[in-house]
Amino acid sequence: MAENKGVMIVAEFLNGKLAAISKELLGAGSKLAKDLGEELSVVFIGEGIAGIAPEAIAQGADKVYVVDDVLLKEYLTDAYVAVAEKVIQQVNPRIVLAGQTTLGRDFTPRLAFRLNAAATMDCIDLSIEAGTKKLLMTKPVYGGNARAIFTSEVLPNVATVRVKAMTALAPDASRKGEVVTITAGLDAAAIRTNVLQKVVQEVQGIKLEDATVIVSGGRGMGGPEGFKQLASLAKLLRGAAGASRPPCDSGWVPETMQVGLTGKIVSPDVYIAVAISGSSQHLAGCGGSKNIIAINCDAEANIFKEARFGVVGDWKKVVPALETKLKELLGR
Amino acid sequence: MNIIVCVKQVPDPEAPPASFKIDSATNKVIPPPGVPPVISPFDEQAVEAALRVKDAKGGKITVISLGVNLLRDVVKKPLSMGADELILLEDPAYVDGDSWTTAYALAMAIKKIGQFDLIFCGRQAADTDAGQVGSAIAEILGIPSVTVARKIEVNESKVKVEKVTADGFDVIETSMPALITVSNELGEPRYATIKGIMAAKRKEPIIWKPADISADPAKLGAAGKRMAMLKLFQPVKEGKCEMVTGENEEDAAANLAKKLVEAKLLS
Ligand SMILES: Cc1cc2nc3c(=O)[nH]c(=O)nc-3n(C[C@H](O)[C@H](O)[C@H](O)COP(=O)(O)OP(=O)(O)OC[C@H]3O[C@@H](n4cnc5c(N)ncnc54)[C@H](O)[C@@H]3O)c2cc1C
Repeated sequence: MAENKGVMIVAEFLNGKLAAISKELLGAGSKLAKDLGEELSVVFIGEGIAGIAPEAIAQGADKVYVVDDVLLKEYLTDAYVAVAEKVIQQVNPRIVLAGQTTLGRDFTPRLAFRLNAAATMDCIDLSIEAGTKKLLMTKPVYGGNARAIFTSEVLPNVATVRVKAMTALAPDASRKGEVVTITAGLDAAAIRTNVLQKVVQEVQGIKLEDATVIVSGGRGMGGPEGFKQLASLAKLLRGAAGASRPPCDSGWVPETMQVGLTGKIVSPDVYIAVAISGSSQHLAGCGGSKNIIAINCDAEANIFKEARFGVVGDWKKVVPALETKLKELLGR
Repeated sequence: MNIIVCVKQVPDPEAPPASFKIDSATNKVIPPPGVPPVISPFDEQAVEAALRVKDAKGGKITVISLGVNLLRDVVKKPLSMGADELILLEDPAYVDGDSWTTAYALAMAIKKIGQFDLIFCGRQAADTDAGQVGSAIAEILGIPSVTVARKIEVNESKVKVEKVTADGFDVIETSMPALITVSNELGEPRYATIKGIMAAKRKEPIIWKPADISADPAKLGAAGKRMAMLKLFQPVKEGKCEMVTGENEEDAAANLAKKLVEAKLLS
């Protein structure tokens, strides 16, 4: 078999554009491809997506492999894994990268094992070891308490990358790239799952992932009422409200508000953590915030170790007073 | 219904972060003294998912756990919750591998069990946080998989799964046998009953060595792994929190507001 060469990104789309994670992957992939002296390609799997190819080229791709088929309109494990396997067999990349997203979490392990390779999930750093050309993959383990660096001799090296862990390149519309169409060649009978319904829980206002200010509450909020207070503060700061896992598990707030390892990964300028102890799994989701502000009645709470400013106190007293003063100072 | 659940014993992930230590010479975690290991929480949710299917449709739940030094009190918990049988793949040959070697051994054990309609795993283990073993078992057995489930409903020969997505959930239908990985959105696992605890005490786990599951030794544990861990380390924390105080809590809050505006963090 020919030598494995190049870096391949598996793209995702949002509203007819490249998803933010795919731009981040292209940014990370460009650097790896440059260090290897090899090509950066991206595979598009979906329906009616060929028109997005120039965006991927502007973001750093040298080649776009487009697999466009009606059977690929929606993400289905069997269909996407089969198509990706086909493209990878044909192109023979050294490295395959996907996002640590709903799609990537499901798709990547099955793909890696189908290729008789192995995957490293949720990487936050990727680099090429000088001389050996080995891919070094760093990922948080033990809920974020530790990090591990992995390599694999088995090619292709497959990995998913945490959202917001990598930086996209500034788009360059003058970049040139090649678009290659590959047929899906899918057998509908081999697709064993079927999406009956997609339920979207609408959020009002700014999305957590896009917010520059987030006010999150934890178990110490004691019930749903306190979250109204946090929502009001978030609104004043033109931000979004989030939560640690227990309030979601208890049904105080929607599950989609969960920040953390298995919830949303956020990186706002200001993250106000109210009555949150600062577990490693929660910090995995908000540790990338520029400034964490902690409000907790326990002076020993771990969250203070991560915070820039902290107030020890009962949120019932601290949060209303904070809101009143901020209203005054910000003139809103 | 024949249901299989795979569970893993892990260091307690809810232990305080300050108690977490690594032995850098061996690249291994030093268990915090006095904190016993637990079943990985998502795996406990997988047991709960299996029990709910059994409650609705009847059947038998077989739990499999792979590892060494498996504490009986820990790995028997699914039995005390209501599972029927416990199989341990307990042998040094099984460990120090990767997701692939673990999935291979579990898949071989499942093949030996032979009869299965549903296999449940947790969405990811609380130590490796990889989330691969479930999908890999499905891949090796050649069956469909649905990951990160919050609800499971069995109708005739099909299973309907609510899969958690970033902004809600998808309702996915698939044929059986199938493998499903379970997330915390499913809801709290049930408590063990006194009757369950007594029954679990009396029940001895079945232990299968590599030869019992016809496993190829070259595909197990350290011998079979495809990933090499070069280093395990703890990220350094700067820890320079400025504690804002005042005459009372309200005053401290007002001072915090001033600091945030002065530092131009809010505008
Ligand atoms: C594999 C795995 C994945 C996980 N994924 C996530 C995840 O994605 N996101 C997540 O958040 N968690 C996750 N968890 C759960 C995590 O381990 C913690 O259990 C959780 O983050 C704790 O949430 P908390 O800080 O709100 O609650 P607690 O740890 O109970 O902390 C509550 C805090 O509130 C304070 N408090 C109480 N009353 C008041 C008051 N009146 N005023 C001020 N402060 C008060 C207390 O001092 C305490 O510090 C995961 C766990 C596992 C095992």
